Amino acid sequence: MDDRTYKTVGQPCRKKDSMQLLLGKPVYTDDVVPKGALTVMLLRSPHPHAMIRSIDTSIAKKVPGVVDIYTWQDVPQTRFAIGGQTYPEPSPYDRLILDRHIRFSGDPVAIIAAENEKAARRAMRLVKVDYEILPAITDPHEALDNPVLIHPEEDWVPPCPVGGDNRRNLVASGVEKDGDVEKVLDDCDIVLDRTYHTKAFQQAMMETFRTYTEMDRYGRLHVISSTQIVFHCRRILARALGIPKSRIRVEKPRIGGGFGAKQTAVCEVYPAFVTLKTGRPAEIIYTREECQIAGSPRHEMEVRVRLGANRDGHIRALDVYTLSNTGAYGEHGPTTVGLSGHKSIPLYTGGLEAFRFGYDVVYTNLQPAGAYRGYGATQGIFAVESAVNELAERLHIDPTEIRDRNMVREGMMMPAYYNEPANACALDRCMARCKELFDWEHRYPVREMGNGKVRTAGVAMAMQGSCISNLDVGSATLKLSDDGTYNLIIGAADMGPGCDTILAQMVAECMDCPLDSVAVFGADTDTSPYDSGSYASSTTYVTGKAVEMACTQLKEKICEIAAQMLDCDAAELTFAGDCVRNEHTGASVSLEDISYKSQANCSVAAQTTATHSSPVSPPPFMVGMAEIELDRLTGQVTLLDYVAVVDCGTPINPALARIQAEGGIVQGIGMTLSENVTYNSAGRPIESSFLQYKLPTRLDMGHLRVEFESSNEPTGPFGAKSIGEIVINTPAPAIAHAIYRATGVWHRELPITPEAIAMDTPLT
Amino acid sequence: MEIKIRLNGRPVSDRVEPDTLLIDFLRDHGCLSVKRGCETSNCGLCTVFMDDKPILSCSMLAARADGHSITTLEGLQDEAADFVGFIADQGADQCGFCNPGFVMNTIALLRENPDPTDDDIRAFLAGNLCRCSGYEGQLRGIRNYLNQRKERLNGRQDV
Repeated sequence: MDDRTYKTVGQPCRKKDSMQLLLGKPVYTDDVVPKGALTVMLLRSPHPHAMIRSIDTSIAKKVPGVVDIYTWQDVPQTRFAIGGQTYPEPSPYDRLILDRHIRFSGDPVAIIAAENEKAARRAMRLVKVDYEILPAITDPHEALDNPVLIHPEEDWVPPCPVGGDNRRNLVASGVEKDGDVEKVLDDCDIVLDRTYHTKAFQQAMMETFRTYTEMDRYGRLHVISSTQIVFHCRRILARALGIPKSRIRVEKPRIGGGFGAKQTAVCEVYPAFVTLKTGRPAEIIYTREECQIAGSPRHEMEVRVRLGANRDGHIRALDVYTLSNTGAYGEHGPTTVGLSGHKSIPLYTGGLEAFRFGYDVVYTNLQPAGAYRGYGATQGIFAVESAVNELAERLHIDPTEIRDRNMVREGMMMPAYYNEPANACALDRCMARCKELFDWEHRYPVREMGNGKVRTAGVAMAMQGSCISNLDVGSATLKLSDDGTYNLIIGAADMGPGCDTILAQMVAECMDCPLDSVAVFGADTDTSPYDSGSYASSTTYVTGKAVEMACTQLKEKICEIAAQMLDCDAAELTFAGDCVRNEHTGASVSLEDISYKSQANCSVAAQTTATHSSPVSPPPFMVGMAEIELDRLTGQVTLLDYVAVVDCGTPINPALARIQAEGGIVQGIGMTLSENVTYNSAGRPIESSFLQYKLPTRLDMGHLRVEFESSNEPTGPFGAKSIGEIVINTPAPAIAHAIYRATGVWHRELPITPEAIAMDTPLT
Repeated sequence: MEIKIRLNGRPVSDRVEPDTLLIDFLRDHGCLSVKRGCETSNCGLCTVFMDDKPILSCSMLAARADGHSITTLEGLQDEAADFVGFIADQGADQCGFCNPGFVMNTIALLRENPDPTDDDIRAFLAGNLCRCSGYEGQLRGIRNYLNQRKERLNGRQDV
């Protein structure tokens, strides 16, 4: 944290919506929309790869209550991407609303619009589809240059050059490097060559995908959706539906969790199409099963790490190659893969002489992947951090010490991180504090507990970004209200973590007013200033800076209005929170009077909009340590204790930052130990419900302790960086490390199930 | 078929289909706090009380509630308000979608066991999933509430 002392920033204020949420008030999409909308349901393909020969909807349409059924013959033929990204998107335009070519088991075949769910379900069973079955690719290793093409279409368009080629099932590819990695590897005492594998884990936010659409009183398409990206959503819908953006309004009410899933317009287009066709309100609510089989999960990645080091533990070279499986469509494919290298390799900037990072992103006939908290960094950090732990164990060096010798430190330039400087980096302090809190010296050793049970610990570091540099745009509109209070209007989307509140805390700090004096509204494409949306860990850092700037601008305008009232020059005036004062004359006017003045015979707007974009994306850093008890006979891992120390710059709201860390750690524990993704013969995930896809319960996570080591990021608002994503990255490598300590086996694939442990553990 | 229930203390009678789920009946009757997070009785979001016992309304037919008393969070606002502020103080409400089920089941816990240990709390609420908070903040909130309640009661006794 910087040296200044703050009143509201740095306080654990309650979220502005907390009592509404906790008392169960109707604030989510399905609570706020009118009754009587058409129920929209999707008939999905049972086959992973097929061409539709014919569809017969005639009988299904006769079901009482069915309004209409649409097939590929009814929809616009312009390809689009549903990944919520700044235009021109790196994701290829490879989708149609409905396509004759079916690319995964779960791909929509028909849109059914009915008066109620029962009629829709009945109709779904009566649609007759004749499929020409095509050979399917479900193994990403077999995708590249396979004669079976998943996107053979002529109108496949990559809006950005990202090294993709649909004739090769390739969405993106690339290589980046610094120094001669082969030469340095040749010169190293030890080179580890390891391959790690992570699966298509589900965000599993509690509120499934859902969207309501209607024609508004001006005849425009009004979309109320549970989305993190109102502006991108508007643009995506305009392209997909072939209507001008000016005819669409997208707003989000409260959101029941996102974690990146809702950074993709997964379901918006279907009810929107129905409303345009019928003129009637329409609503789609995905079932949990649909979320699990046709959502937007993490990219399955295989990450090969070649790590070169000297015997003394000096890590000299990292060569990382990632094969990413984007599934049937390419949204977020070209970008997630980048983070697997960009946010793992720079952790070892300290002694690194050379690095190389290469990647291929391929299509397969599996559920398309998307954005999920961590966005590729999670996969890359599992690989690189595991490799470093393997090195430490091989060299018999304490894994915390090997990191102390090699980690990135404040002031270093990071060649593997777009050559950005680590302006604010407390990673070394995070490690020291984490060791102390966790009592590493005593918990790291393997301790036999009797009865085949053993206790030990593991460690990992992590980083992330604080935005997409030179791209993300955050904006804030700030208005002075009648009674001397403020309205803050944003386009960022609070999906639960509390950006509405922390941005209001910044306003309260800048305008020297109580938090209750700041009302927040967001997000709505008709009224919010443009914002890329809430993703890439950007809202605190980018939109927060815009808020700070808006406050500065509004103070000037307030002084300008006050100058008219006090009949002096605005430069003579000081903004003092509840009033504006002339320090020379002692005269002052209250904020309330200024607000009334702004409404009568006044030509200065008592409002302003500020916009910010950042040339850098300062990484937050963290260290996580896990203590486990492992039953060698059954392979059962019990997590006893998890300690994390995070450097997110200044925590604007320590309570909310802490919950982010705790929630992210538990989500990380889930993908490490219990959340599995396996496929049936059609390539459909078997774990299609919460009965099979096991989210951690409160009995599965041991004790969590989180602390912060603050640093001061000079480019962030109040010295802040980000917190939202980094927190999911340490559990997998830290727990895998502890499991190795307990069993002598490195598990390089997630999740690490009791079965996998028991089968691989020699009984001793 | 027609069913008659007491919903949050008021008599309600309505026609339902034999396969209508209680959760849908309740939402149709204005109890929008009741949320669906899965279809397989795994998440606890749809927890309501039937005759003061917590049940999952997604896996009960509305017909089975005939003649019974159903309570949702809409009917327990005062009792909930007593402690949810402590959850808010931790920031553990987060997205909020799981909150009504969590709050209902916590009320059930505290009615049954007014002085639970941390392990009692974890065990009783194990069926209430939360994907945002990591659970620790919810536990801290409940613990702070219980501590404060104890102090309040002790204070009264002292007087």
